[in-house]
Amino acid sequence: MKKIATKTALSLSVLAALALGTASAQTTIKIATISPLSGGQSNLGTQIRNGVQLAVNEYAAQFKKAGFNLQLVPYDDQADPATGTAAARKIAADNQILAVVGTLNSGVAIPASAALLPSNLVMVSPANTANQVTDRGLANMNRIVARDDSQGPAGANFITDTLKAKKAYVLNDKTAYGEGLAAEVEKALKAKGVTISGSEGTEEKSDFSSIVAKIKLTKPDAIYFGGIYNQIGVFIKQLRGAGINTPVVGGDGLDSSELPVIIGKAGANNVYYTTVAAPLEALPAAKTFAASFQKTFNTPAQGFGAFGYDAAKVTLQGILDAARANGGKAPSRKQVLDTIRKGTYKGLLSGEVSFNSVGDRKAATLYVIKLTAGKAELETSLAVKPPKN
Amino acid sequence: MELSVLLPFIVNVIIGGLVLGFVYAIIALGYTMVYGVLQLINFAHSEVFITGAVVGFEIFRILENSAMNGYLKLLLALVAAMIVSGLLNVLIERLAYRPLRGAPRLVPLITAIGVSLILQDTLRFLEGLQGRFDLTYTLPAGFGNKFCAAEGSTCAPLGNFLRTIGVDVQLKDVILVVVALVSLSVLNYVVNRTRLGKAIRAVSQDRVTAGLMGIDSNRMISATFLIGGALGGVSGVLFGMKFGTINAYSGFDPGIIAFTAAVLGGIGSIPGAVLGGLLLGVIQNLIGVTNIFGNLLGLANLETIDASYSKIGPFIVLVLILIFKPTGLLGKSNVEKV
Repeated sequence: MKKIATKTALSLSVLAALALGTASAQTTIKIATISPLSGGQSNLGTQIRNGVQLAVNEYAAQFKKAGFNLQLVPYDDQADPATGTAAARKIAADNQILAVVGTLNSGVAIPASAALLPSNLVMVSPANTANQVTDRGLANMNRIVARDDSQGPAGANFITDTLKAKKAYVLNDKTAYGEGLAAEVEKALKAKGVTISGSEGTEEKSDFSSIVAKIKLTKPDAIYFGGIYNQIGVFIKQLRGAGINTPVVGGDGLDSSELPVIIGKAGANNVYYTTVAAPLEALPAAKTFAASFQKTFNTPAQGFGAFGYDAAKVTLQGILDAARANGGKAPSRKQVLDTIRKGTYKGLLSGEVSFNSVGDRKAATLYVIKLTAGKAELETSLAVKPPKN
Repeated sequence: MELSVLLPFIVNVIIGGLVLGFVYAIIALGYTMVYGVLQLINFAHSEVFITGAVVGFEIFRILENSAMNGYLKLLLALVAAMIVSGLLNVLIERLAYRPLRGAPRLVPLITAIGVSLILQDTLRFLEGLQGRFDLTYTLPAGFGNKFCAAEGSTCAPLGNFLRTIGVDVQLKDVILVVVALVSLSVLNYVVNRTRLGKAIRAVSQDRVTAGLMGIDSNRMISATFLIGGALGGVSGVLFGMKFGTINAYSGFDPGIIAFTAAVLGGIGSIPGAVLGGLLLGVIQNLIGVTNIFGNLLGLANLETIDASYSKIGPFIVLVLILIFKPTGLLGKSNVEKV
């Protein structure tokens, strides 16, 4: 049955092409994805590819009406910078490709976007958070997720606005990541008039008794710990063991399924962390998307699928806008690049997208996850702004 | 801040330090006993110790869902860790140190560091085969509860008293101290009251003369490594139980502090190692809370001494002791050999 159906479809399209005659010179426009489709992170990378595919399916009719034949070419980067850069060079060599959606890993995005720059190929990232991705100021690099450095102020806002804390204790793990994060949080908390009852760094991985004793003595309303889950988990376990149920807030270093295991189910309460990776339930508009994703790919959609879908919609809308401005003809790569950076894209799953001068999303979102009895749930979403306008 | 708040705070910090100190003390015994017989600093001891912690983790993991009594599980974990760590230590001595017995002192020392690295990565590899890196102890229910918290139990009056004066002790802290005290008493008995202990002491005083008296010094050295390793295993399980999560590299920090404790107490001296361990545990915790006193006493300089300095404390004490009493607190100087 299926075979016959495809055969009919094929012959129909051949007939259509013949019938259209001169119009069969319909220009083909391609967009590419770069994401890991094999290896340990292929699960997330395939989500991105599928999300983009769904958007391409939806836009195909619109492109046809405008006289274009829209196609998607997925590339595999195996989460490896060298493979990703090689894919970027292949993409640059294919003149029909006008835009790229990718990547999953910041480490791949940085060299890949640099390889695409000479041919003016625009890249819209659904997942890269490293500051350096856009701090280099490349004209072709854009992202629709929040930056790493937005976590500090967002964590502080959460502590003051949601937890209503007047007194906070700030800890860090003495690494560049943890110390930087904790310093940002402390600065923002002080600016909001929160008393800092203690602020210190520790490399300790097992014995937190002196810190726990100090917390017990100073009775803060909230604790912020900039660091990684395997240290903070041990700390929280000892804190809860001493009978202290003060909320603990951290950055995406806590985003690990190991965290509740280390703390133990009984104590894994009142723990919050900020992360850019949205759980699907955080996107209110994603219901129909999730349904058609499930129907098309026979696998449930995740956050990265939704962001891939959004990033693809930004690029496709950008190409259509650029074509319109170009008098209905296929736009050049440079025109697409300029249009996307300047445009405003409404009605996406994650809200409205527009980019600042370096390609950061002007109104990005961070998600606060809460652990309750060891189970991670969405607590709230926080709007964050990039440092530049 | 009032005294009624500060006093229990300091008491808690000191109690926490003593509990930690007992762990250091038992690890320190492993260093000091080996040094006593061979004048060798067995740097692999921190890995022998963490091997015990890993064995304890495995036992608790396997027995997690069994209905067995919690104390029985702990006993099994302790015994298994003692056997594995003890035999491992004997094996290390046989393979890595004995062939170098006559070599200059630096050679076995470097070998010890090498053995330590090999063991770390072997442990990481073995646990990695099962997809694990951080190992979280699954303790029997109740071990993490407050000591004597249950109302109506026979020890409830004691629990109530502790709570009134604001002291927090978890059941596992009490278990830790009891196990540590039992191990120390058994060791004391073996070393001072048995023929084996007498022979070990003879070998540590003068290996050649002990040999002339008919003591097989190689067997006594093996016995010392067995006892030292078994103590390392016990301390590993106690460490894992107390702090919850360990990995193949967790042995280094407590190992180096326990070694400091052994030197502080006088290397080669068993009571010295215990005293040194307890002292360092308390010092470490007191330094960890020094910054609290900054604003209390109006000493602004103290505020900068935060928790990150707590591990420096033991070494500052060590330097001071070595300047003013180079043999350590309870160490004897060996002038009679002249």
